[in-house]
Amino acid sequence: VTTTAYWTAAEIAKRVGSGEITAERVVGDALARIAEVDKKLGAFLVVDRERALTAAKLLDERRKAGDKLGPLAGVPIALKDNLVTKDVATTAGSRILAGWIPPYDGSASEKLRAADAIVVGKANLDEFGMGSSTERSAWKPTRNPWNVERVPGGSSGGSAAAVSAGLVAASLGTDTGGSIRQPAAFCGVVGLKPTYGRVSRWGVIAFASSLDQVGPLTRTVADAALLLQAIAGHDARDATSLPAPVPEFSAALGSGVRGLKIGLPREYFDTQLDNDVRAALDKTIAALRDAGATTVDVTLPHTKLALPAYYLVAPSEASSNLARYDGIRYGARAETATSLEDLYKKTRGAGFGPEVKRRIMLGTYALRSGYYDAYYKKAQQVRALIKRDFERVFAEVDVVLTPTTPTTAFAFGAKATPLDMYLADVFTLSCNLAGLPGMSVPCGLGADGLPIGAQLLGKGLDEATLLRVGAVIEATVGLGDRRPGGVG
Amino acid sequence: MPDLTRKEVEEIALLARLHLEPAELEKMRVELGAMLEHFGAIAAADTTDIPPMTHAVPMDMALRADEPQPSLSVEDALRGVPKHDGNLFVVPAIIPGSES
Repeated sequence: VTTTAYWTAAEIAKRVGSGEITAERVVGDALARIAEVDKKLGAFLVVDRERALTAAKLLDERRKAGDKLGPLAGVPIALKDNLVTKDVATTAGSRILAGWIPPYDGSASEKLRAADAIVVGKANLDEFGMGSSTERSAWKPTRNPWNVERVPGGSSGGSAAAVSAGLVAASLGTDTGGSIRQPAAFCGVVGLKPTYGRVSRWGVIAFASSLDQVGPLTRTVADAALLLQAIAGHDARDATSLPAPVPEFSAALGSGVRGLKIGLPREYFDTQLDNDVRAALDKTIAALRDAGATTVDVTLPHTKLALPAYYLVAPSEASSNLARYDGIRYGARAETATSLEDLYKKTRGAGFGPEVKRRIMLGTYALRSGYYDAYYKKAQQVRALIKRDFERVFAEVDVVLTPTTPTTAFAFGAKATPLDMYLADVFTLSCNLAGLPGMSVPCGLGADGLPIGAQLLGKGLDEATLLRVGAVIEATVGLGDRRPGGVG
Repeated sequence: MPDLTRKEVEEIALLARLHLEPAELEKMRVELGAMLEHFGAIAAADTTDIPPMTHAVPMDMALRADEPQPSLSVEDALRGVPKHDGNLFVVPAIIPGSES
């Protein structure tokens, strides 16, 4: 083996923990591969080379001194750049945060460091997480490692591409309406959005607070379990964090699917699916039946209202959350303002990109006095109906299986209007509205050579069953040793 | 769904404290109009007696004891300020003619 790229997180942690290989070597390999490949890929906004190497050396010294290292010992990790990192530039892909150096660490980076992982850099994203292709980053596009003419998906496109191309063993993303699962599907990696409240949002740059959730992107289902274990749990600094016990996620992995009931919601299969996506899902369903699961046709009748409800709720919350960017306390400030109000308007007009402006405007419209009942309140009522649909289905089945996306990764510029882009998330939005856990697992390649994802949706706090079913999909119809050919 | 007027878009931009160039305003008028027409589909849903869902999971207001906790130092909190004078944020004059 000339490089440790493509080692799994579990393999790295075991070998670094036992002293078979040094963390310095593993992190050095990751940094070398980033230096070589990321020019073509654009997955990283910041590579924190010196600090990563220093942390790796310290880890090796601790091991030599007899310390037992943590469960992610020496694992190189990328954090989506809307996760706040002390002393490391964090922009959430926006010009309005250009030059901001956070004075504190978010829960995600704290917990990863506590598990002895090594954060090597910050991954590109659509500005503030608003997008489905990473084309909406203020800084640069990220390319899909399987075909650099295609988008990696978004908004966690940098996180997905970095893992897919073997630049890091794992990454963290955030998922407000599919931003972990959709890029995971497009890049052929595993992406897990935990139950709302399972992972602390302390230090997440907020997009839509009632929907945002942090989760892992990894190359294996076992690694997703390992990462989730490290970041899950109650945090008093996040008032929406759930004080629920965290199970041993890896324990469920080997137990198969015999006896499990898997729901297949008609609304997700009756739509315009690419033929290749449909075929891959058919193979996945057959494989799960062969492994002993039963499948049941179910219906989630309010599915078609998820998109309008989401695009009223999420922009409303965004318009409120993004009010903090006013040029006063941190971030960029317009230089030519003549009054305080002018300062706000010019700072925000120059600092936000077109998609963020659209969503702020849409949210401001929906929350406006006189329109609130017809839009925001109505959308929240529809949200309750969507949640009830799931409650009814989960009284009958253990897990729901759907395609993650209607198509494989699309070309740059393919989504001409904002609405076209929003429709790319059509299968992933309901999960966030209902607060449930969801996971995308690779389930084959299309004729275009691009990965296809199967989406699993679970009961609240039941990530363990998603991982258990995901492990069977991975073992039967997963990508195996097939790796992206777009970047070498 | 009536089309949005230019004036409405200007009002929303003012509420959002967002400066938009004239070309942006017109583009926004067209795009927001298209979105609102599409998202207006929720009007057809029967939501009689359905309470609005404000949160993904049921939760009580989380309050901690009203005791001082460690927090950022003033120095750290001021590190990202575009313009400050000692411990004060400097902003343009709020009351016209009050510049000194």
